[in-house]
Amino acid sequence: MFAFIVKRVAQALLVMMIIGFIGFAIKHNFGDPVRDLVGQRVTPEERAEIRERLGLNDPFFVQYGRFLKNAVQGDLGRSFFFKKPAMDIIMQKAPATLELVFASACIIVFLSVPLGIFCAIRPRHWFSRFTMGGSIVGVSMPVFLTAILLIYVFSVELGWLPSYGRGETVTLFGWWKSGLLTADGLEHLIMPSIALSSIMLPLFIRLIRSEMMEVLESEYVKYAWAKGIKPSRVWIVHAFKNTLLPVITVGGVQLGIMVAFTILTETVFNWQGMGAMFIESVERADTSLMVAYLVFVGFIFVLVNTLVDIIYGLINPMVRVAGRK
Amino acid sequence: MKRFHSGIRYLVLLALVFAALVVSGCADSKKEETKSEAEKAEPQQQAETTTSLTVAMDAIPVSLDPHVQLSGGMLQYSHLVFDPLVRWTQDMEIEPRLAESWEQIDPTTLRFKLRKGVKFHSGNEFTAEDVVYTLERLKKSDDFKGLFEPFEKAVAVDSHTVDLITKKPYGLTLAMSTYIFPLDKKFYEGKDEIVKSGPSFANENESGTGPYVVTKYVPGEQLVLNEYDGYWTERGNVEELVVKAIPNAPARVAALLSKDVDFIMPVPPTDMKRIEETEGLKLTTLPGSRIITLQLNQERRPEFQNQKVRQAIVYAIDNVGIVKKIMKGFGTPAAQQGPKGYAGYLEELQPRYDLEKAKQLMKDAGYENGFECTMIAPNNRYVNDAKIAEAVVSMLSKIGIKVNLKTMPKAQYWDQFDARSADIQMIGWHSDTEDSANFSEFLVMCPSKETGYGQYNSGEYCNPKVDELVIASQSETDMAKRAEMLQEVERLLFEDAAFVPLHWQNLAWASKDNMNTEVIVNTMNFPYFGDLVVE
Repeated sequence: MFAFIVKRVAQALLVMMIIGFIGFAIKHNFGDPVRDLVGQRVTPEERAEIRERLGLNDPFFVQYGRFLKNAVQGDLGRSFFFKKPAMDIIMQKAPATLELVFASACIIVFLSVPLGIFCAIRPRHWFSRFTMGGSIVGVSMPVFLTAILLIYVFSVELGWLPSYGRGETVTLFGWWKSGLLTADGLEHLIMPSIALSSIMLPLFIRLIRSEMMEVLESEYVKYAWAKGIKPSRVWIVHAFKNTLLPVITVGGVQLGIMVAFTILTETVFNWQGMGAMFIESVERADTSLMVAYLVFVGFIFVLVNTLVDIIYGLINPMVRVAGRK
Repeated sequence: MKRFHSGIRYLVLLALVFAALVVSGCADSKKEETKSEAEKAEPQQQAETTTSLTVAMDAIPVSLDPHVQLSGGMLQYSHLVFDPLVRWTQDMEIEPRLAESWEQIDPTTLRFKLRKGVKFHSGNEFTAEDVVYTLERLKKSDDFKGLFEPFEKAVAVDSHTVDLITKKPYGLTLAMSTYIFPLDKKFYEGKDEIVKSGPSFANENESGTGPYVVTKYVPGEQLVLNEYDGYWTERGNVEELVVKAIPNAPARVAALLSKDVDFIMPVPPTDMKRIEETEGLKLTTLPGSRIITLQLNQERRPEFQNQKVRQAIVYAIDNVGIVKKIMKGFGTPAAQQGPKGYAGYLEELQPRYDLEKAKQLMKDAGYENGFECTMIAPNNRYVNDAKIAEAVVSMLSKIGIKVNLKTMPKAQYWDQFDARSADIQMIGWHSDTEDSANFSEFLVMCPSKETGYGQYNSGEYCNPKVDELVIASQSETDMAKRAEMLQEVERLLFEDAAFVPLHWQNLAWASKDNMNTEVIVNTMNFPYFGDLVVE
């Protein structure tokens, strides 16, 4: 067991080193951060001087070594633009992104389950056909287009919903700025979360429908019918429960993709989260913040995966056995 | 079994992400307590009658320290929280602000009488010492020291009289005073380090004499300002001004169309018609002074050393058409550097598109069969920059010049520009001094490390006569003579086809129609929100 854990942690460290190295290696291709800090008339000599002061002229491995040394202590560098440690900025922006992802996930779960079940049970019903047709449109429309259409209809033409930003927020735990607890914040959340869920929702409806239809054909469901169990119990307990497992599996994978789509959604709605922050840091050539974002996201995934693997090993020894082969 | 495990994995993942964030964030909250005073102060309780205005811009100020960057955004901010000694009016006249009057007492000294009874936001009295201090600090700023190079020092004659002394006679002393926004010496002194990429006292705190006081500043997101009770003069009626950053142009327009914000700048040309036609909104435009040009590199391309080839290129490019079709009329076709109203402007220099003449010139130069060359342009720096570059490529193909164009984001563009990595390079220029000479100093004078001139002259154009005239104009204090010299410069550049002038970008602001937007805007793009009156 101990050997297994040591091996997993060593692997995780190696992966982190590689992520940091790649992030660090590409940052030079995004332009000169000094250029964004100064006005147009500052001479090349003065810019070089500023670069020197910021330590940007040091050889690559000196910079990388310094970065590693600080990163081990939890310091991922300092954003040139925000003039603050990069981690502070990321922590400040993370709640917005997580709340958006959370709201979209809720929409997906609460809509795709009933719709998917209905379409499986009554495949020929007009509403099922309508839902299936609609889901084709939804899945083939890019997120930013959906977002712009929503803004156009509900903000510009009808004037019902606010078009940008997070609205009023309240502070929880002293740092988590939440928009979920105010009416204004919730109003601002409606369109971005719909836009973000628009890609995944049709996918899940179709997935639940097809899995459910498959399960409904299985022997044990036929047996349940033969026993004379009432339909609602067969659908929900016998059929749907067994549909869920593959859906959750796909859901886990899709969560990562959803985080990627927040970049587009956040930009269009001016949602002040990590996605918009990342895009802006690329535009401003704020390279230290870019690298910090990559490392931070990478770190969470590596950490979680490592912990999950270790816990798996504890729960199910078969994983370890498989690993030894 | 396999499927079941993936489900658990997913749940654990979510829980851990959440836990990690809460833990690391708690450590964070302690730091927040030591935040700047500006951020600590809660916005005052809003009375029912509060006139609040929300302005959406592409970016908000990068700092509260006006000397940290010389950029349009920082100067816009300076006009809100600070006051200059003098400022430009909409018709490019100088009007008094903190300076009541001024006189030239000898060729190198301009004496200002300062306004009495003006107080900074901190409550300190504004005196001549503050002006002396501000000039000293400007000369320490990486960004501003170049602009203030001709200045020797400021001397306080008495508590409300100050002399600005230049090293040599200098014709732009008064114009440069529009950049002197006196800072509160007592407030800043001792902790006034100018820091570009780290925290500093001045980055987070302010004390100016301007119409607004900063109550909340979240970098990259928003700036909240409240009116300053002790302001020294009549002002508009906006009591709370909220400046929001909405970098995405369509999102900015949508925010205005849905009335979520009251005022936006800049306005993308594609949405102007729509805004004009919308009930309750209005569009205000002014001709701008940022010239968009192409530079033809003579060191990389021997063909460009030939005056006829350069002229042929200028004749081949239909810049009137570009303004009409691509810019949708949102620009003024140019044939010289400085726009109308600038000292060097010559009415007779007009755009000269003539394809036949261009072909003839190519023939005369011996390049009837044309040649191939490279070109670079940014794709997110100027209005429609990439589209303009593409149009130029197709126009030049008509006279046999095959151009290989590469466009890129501005973050990467300027390094390429500095490296002179292509034969034709696009650059736009706005004169910091609102004066003609500035264009020549940076864009067409012989590039030289020693003199510092021609820093952005990637065409490597070098004409000693132009250099001579521009340098002479710097110390000429007779404005009529000075204008004559600068006009001669424009004429020389025009005849020589030193560069390809395209157009001056217009400026546009869009707002609800219950305010006097047209009065507060100007060609420098520093809207004087302090004067805004909302009905």
